[in-house]
Amino acid sequence: MRRTLAAAAVLVGLGAGGAGAQDSVLIADVIELSGGGATVGTNWKNGVDLAASRINAEGGILGRKVVVEHYDTQSNPAVSKAVLQKALDEDPFVVLGPIYSSSTKVNMVVTQRAEVPQIVGSEASDITEQGNPWVFRTSFGQAAGMPKLANYMRDGLGARTVDIVWVNNDFGKGGRDAMVAELEKRGIEVGADLSTEVQQVDFAPDVVQVRNSGADAVFVYLHEEESARFLKELRKQGYERPVIGETTLMNQKVIDLAGEAVEGVRGHVGLSADAPLESVAAMAEAYEKAFGAKTDHNGIKGYIALHIVKEIAERTGGFDRAAFGEALRGATITTADEPGVLMDVTFDEKGDIDRESFLVEVENGQQVITEVLPKLGG
Amino acid sequence: MDQFLQLLVAGLATGAVYALAAMGFTLLWQTAGTINFAQGEFVMLPAFLMLGWMSLGGLEPWPAFALTVLCSLLLLGLAFKRALADPLMRHDVLTMVIATIALGLFLKESVKELWSNEAQPFPDLLPVGSLQLGGVVLSLRDIVVFLAAAGLALGLQLFLARTRTGRSMQAVAQNREVARIVGIDVPRMVLLTFLVNALLVSVAALLVTPVYLAKFDLGESLGLMAFIAAIVGGFNQTRGALVGGLLVGLLDNFSAAYLSAAYRNAFPLLLLVVIILLRPQGLLGRAEERQV
Repeated sequence: MRRTLAAAAVLVGLGAGGAGAQDSVLIADVIELSGGGATVGTNWKNGVDLAASRINAEGGILGRKVVVEHYDTQSNPAVSKAVLQKALDEDPFVVLGPIYSSSTKVNMVVTQRAEVPQIVGSEASDITEQGNPWVFRTSFGQAAGMPKLANYMRDGLGARTVDIVWVNNDFGKGGRDAMVAELEKRGIEVGADLSTEVQQVDFAPDVVQVRNSGADAVFVYLHEEESARFLKELRKQGYERPVIGETTLMNQKVIDLAGEAVEGVRGHVGLSADAPLESVAAMAEAYEKAFGAKTDHNGIKGYIALHIVKEIAERTGGFDRAAFGEALRGATITTADEPGVLMDVTFDEKGDIDRESFLVEVENGQQVITEVLPKLGG
Repeated sequence: MDQFLQLLVAGLATGAVYALAAMGFTLLWQTAGTINFAQGEFVMLPAFLMLGWMSLGGLEPWPAFALTVLCSLLLLGLAFKRALADPLMRHDVLTMVIATIALGLFLKESVKELWSNEAQPFPDLLPVGSLQLGGVVLSLRDIVVFLAAAGLALGLQLFLARTRTGRSMQAVAQNREVARIVGIDVPRMVLLTFLVNALLVSVAALLVTPVYLAKFDLGESLGLMAFIAAIVGGFNQTRGALVGGLLVGLLDNFSAAYLSAAYRNAFPLLLLVVIILLRPQGLLGRAEERQV
């Protein structure tokens, strides 16, 4: 009952934004609400809704109430492009999402053409390598996360050979390529190099190959549901060497789905609800109260994204999209400037984000932070 | 060699589950002339029924499974027959195909709306661990899944071949009119077939969902593979479905490991095409002539 009331309060907070156009600012959230990305997208959407509720409760952005319209990409790049076009017809100030890199790559061209800033949850390296001045990240790109992980595999595990299991789409291919490059730089050989499919359910042949490769560890770069299935298959077949991942593999949804199979999994996360920070803990608690579930890193990303919009709009003193983009490139936002960003963040000229990050291990169904890593920029 | 044996066991376990669903396909086709294109969703629904008994009813997994089987018999056996199959059976096959496709969509969307569009964890009642056989490490769960599914399939074969009721069901499958003339209760045998199918899909759900996870679209690939298995083995032979299921499971695993993981879904379809071209009645099926 308490959760229902809290969720209702969030919705009332959003509804309060539905005033006239001059009294409100429209944010389009183009996100995965069904299909393979439903889990990550739902977390992101809830994070955005929670942020909107809080911002509206504190008077909105520059006195205007925030109105968020959610558009379901169905986890399909073609659909994401179509719904983004529909969203742009409503003349939003900023577009948030999507998370799937393949969707972002096709629709960031549309926002660039429309000159609307887009803050995405995607990680594929080449999103910010294309010189698009309108796109910004909320999470590390693969180029930022993989070196930290490769260092850990070399120094922390002493690995000489590593298997790689990746999902065959832009996200997975980008992560695989980035990791292979980093491993090679450190003299680590790639053992089994296995591509898998989105929404694959049977990982038995993949795990048999990983088991027999003789590598020192396996690096798993799949989406949430597939990660859980893969981990279950690893456990089923008695795999006992280190299992390493980047963010997704230690995601709360994977922990919920994989149960005991996720125990001992290690890796790097850019954001974690279990981060040893009061700001993150308070946000995670509010999320759980409102939505009855623990947030994953995507919920935090969605929450941060809207607060970035608020801070930059207030810095520019208005709702000029070009000024917004210009102000965000190279900006540093501290928690003193805007507590809603949860951790100090810095954007570079390409739209990549930099902040502290964490090495974690899953123990007793929880992410346990084993090391806090500094910002790449120091 | 180790890898070959591990893939063999994993393939047999996967194939045995396909075989359960495929046998349901063939049983319904033989006795009721029904091609159930909702068969994949028939595997998905018991998984959510069981989750419902556990989360809403607070039951432990085994009692929840027992109640799930009961619900499946009522919903996927009795209700499916009375509400959909009986009224449509007198029409042509295409009508039934369209109706079961619609039923599959309805079940999928209903689960999505009523439960969630996200995957759900599912309790695993089978042992997890590995078994060392002569230096080869095999998945204990795979072995148990294979034995359970193959055991059920062989038990069904024995039931059909060695019991009076089973032979009556086969008689109905071969010629409904003659079966009626010799005094077999045809409607009862047809109902029994639907109930057996409901039991098969419930067991398949219990075996496969802990690893595949409970999700509204769980039945999509499973239903397709079972359909291919039924055709490959012989749509008019339940033992053909068993062989077809195992063959498709093995092909799926070996092709993913030794040929191409990216094209693994294409190989069973390729097998289907080859079978249709070279032996349309399936590996163990009987050639049938039909008057048109």
